[in-house]
Amino acid sequence: MSEPILELRGINKSFGPVHVLHDIDFSVRPGEVTALVGDNGAGKSTLVKCIAGIHGTDSGEVLFEDQPVNIHGPRDAAALGIEVVYQDLALCDNLDIVQNMFLGRERGKAGLLDEADMEQAARKTLASLSVRTVKSVRTPVSSLSGGQRQTVAIAKSVLWDSKVVLLDEPTAALGVAQTRQVLDLVRRLAEQGLGVVLISHNMNDVFEVADRIACLYLGRLAAELPAKDVTHGQVVELITAGRSGDLGIARPEAATI
Amino acid sequence: MTDTNEKAAPQEGAISDFGIDTTSRSTTEALKDYVAKVRGGDLGSLPALLGLLVLVLFFATQSDAFLTLANVANLFQQGAGIVIIAMGLVFVLLLGEIDLSAGTASGVAASMMALHYVRGGNMMLGMGDTVFYIFLVVIALAIVAAVLMRIWAGAVLAAGAAAIMLLGVPPNAWVEMLLAVCIGCAIGCLTGFLVSRVGIPSFVVTLALFLMWGGVILKLIGQGGTLPIRNDEVLFKVANGNLSTSLSWALFIVAAGGYTAVVLSRHFSRLRKGLVAQPTSLVLIKVAAVVVLAAAGTYLLTLNRAPNPTIVIEGVPYVVPIVLVLLTVGTTVLDRTKYGRHVYAVGGNAEAARRAGVNVPKIRMSVFVICSTVAAVGSIVLASKVGSVAPSSGGGNTLLFAVGAAVIGGTSLFGGKGRLRDAVIGGAVIAIIENGLGLLKQEAAVVSIVTGLVLLLAASVDALSRKRAAVS
Ligand SMILES: Nc1ncnc2c1ncn2[C@@H]1O[C@H](COP(=O)(O)OP(=O)(O)OP(=O)(O)O)[C@@H](O)[C@H]1O
Ligand SMILES: [Mg+2]
Repeated sequence: MSEPILELRGINKSFGPVHVLHDIDFSVRPGEVTALVGDNGAGKSTLVKCIAGIHGTDSGEVLFEDQPVNIHGPRDAAALGIEVVYQDLALCDNLDIVQNMFLGRERGKAGLLDEADMEQAARKTLASLSVRTVKSVRTPVSSLSGGQRQTVAIAKSVLWDSKVVLLDEPTAALGVAQTRQVLDLVRRLAEQGLGVVLISHNMNDVFEVADRIACLYLGRLAAELPAKDVTHGQVVELITAGRSGDLGIARPEAATI
Repeated sequence: MTDTNEKAAPQEGAISDFGIDTTSRSTTEALKDYVAKVRGGDLGSLPALLGLLVLVLFFATQSDAFLTLANVANLFQQGAGIVIIAMGLVFVLLLGEIDLSAGTASGVAASMMALHYVRGGNMMLGMGDTVFYIFLVVIALAIVAAVLMRIWAGAVLAAGAAAIMLLGVPPNAWVEMLLAVCIGCAIGCLTGFLVSRVGIPSFVVTLALFLMWGGVILKLIGQGGTLPIRNDEVLFKVANGNLSTSLSWALFIVAAGGYTAVVLSRHFSRLRKGLVAQPTSLVLIKVAAVVVLAAAGTYLLTLNRAPNPTIVIEGVPYVVPIVLVLLTVGTTVLDRTKYGRHVYAVGGNAEAARRAGVNVPKIRMSVFVICSTVAAVGSIVLASKVGSVAPSSGGGNTLLFAVGAAVIGGTSLFGGKGRLRDAVIGGAVIAIIENGLGLLKQEAAVVSIVTGLVLLLAASVDALSRKRAAVS
């Protein structure tokens, strides 16, 4: 098993009086897909946003390539090579596909944007994801379908030489074929040596692509273990009850391997 | 592998990957695309242009004086002030914010300019000790605000205002105009800080500042007073003077030549790189039309348009290059720079912009700095046109006409949508209404009512087209 590229230790996060994350220990390994599962409101998106620097954490430390790091904002995360596809997509409707993909990291010389360069790079990335439904990369995002927007958001995250990609329910809005493509892409990213975190409610998807499964239950990490060591039913129990037989919150020592 | 995405229409499915991107389209296809875009609800400045045409035709048939050269030149000079303030406002509107104080803030800038001129550069004497020191403290606060948010240009300009006030430079038109711009910038720093850092809604902040600056102007000038500036040649000529004939043609060559060079070089470089581009014939027609129109306009404006034979009035009014420069610089900033892209992004979806690493508070503050600074330029033109600064400067309808100009031109109050040229077109509509109804000897009441109706019409067109876009 490889060394974690990203490691969280004892992360706590509250929104006012609501304690959303409790002492989360979580690690992402290069070349592996870690599925993050849990019920609605378990804190999956919040965990991802803490890693991405969208939310500050109350306590705990983050190690990136064994070095303690302070991620204070999306820029810090991007600088480390952490990319996120958010559940709510976070695209600017009034901008076109290229503009969205390069938002915050526009290319250009002497203060002026290099549109041609960005357009070509965007098209190449989309083509490499076998995106065939987008008519033009200059289409405003407002006129795209849900699945197309999803694809743009994913393409945006793989455009950069990233080391860790976090995908928050990337297939939730997709049709059968596009889900297939995204799952293939997730595998391909891991094969390229990236650390991938996939959040999903779909157990079939999870078991298909994940090497490890981490289960959040009411803001606590109920279990994190290799996918081949658990069954469908056990994961569902972990999600709904926080424990399943030996696994789960009651015996935390059994949850770590 | 084929896609199963249900939104892809059958005919689109036939286009492989980005087929439409790489080939340049034929003229008919491009026109068809444009019609589809308009039908889809993306009207751009089309309604405003149509409205402009209707108004021109209407007034031309109703009044013999309307299309005379003298009146057209006058129209430029009357409209320029509002147009400039509206251009600054577009930046704020793009974020979905509003600056109700831009008018009176520009009035403060104009009062300071006139005061400096009238009082021989001694601001302490002109303003009275107390007011002088309060002003310095306020400017210092503005500098601190700008430095805190790392808007260096804002800090430098605000510091310039303090320097000019303290140094007691002798009156000089250029120093006075610089002072106005610096004061505008300092005011913008304060507004922007209150909105973006303190977090007060811009409507409330600028409503309060609208009232405050109105009072400040009154304090500076005194009830019933006026500060005449028409005796200074430069200050007076800003909105009343004209370029000489040779300079007018020089302006034409620079402007039309620059436009042609930029449009054509961009077009051919896109073609070369195989990117989506308009058909070459269409681009050439567009460029030719602009150049011919500009040449015709320059020619007409260089004819003598004086009403009586004893004097000569000819040449392109100074306000034309002033507006053109602001328009070019502003459009370049919005369309071609990272900063401009971020302004649109924050206006479209602030949270998405934040997650993409855009410094949203800084962008939010900066648009107010730009708005007030540009408004100060507008106030110089307005003051120059009248030849004096009165307590009512920048008050009354100034701001609302400027917002109206931007909205009539097609800028959305919800943010994310709008262009600077919209402000120019919308400003032209408002100027023509005022000018044309004046020629028809209509009273101010009618002007206000008609302008209001036109604004309502523009807003309805915008709302209906957006509804249509949402349905389709
Ligand atoms: N910005 C916020 N302010 C206050 N509470 C929040 C905020 N964001 C999330 N929460 C709360 O944190 C908890 C976890 O939310 P989160 O979005 O992380 O859940 P999730 O696991 O992603 O759920 P889902 O599967 O529905 O996406 C919820 O109770 C939610 O109400
Ligand atoms: Mg979620």
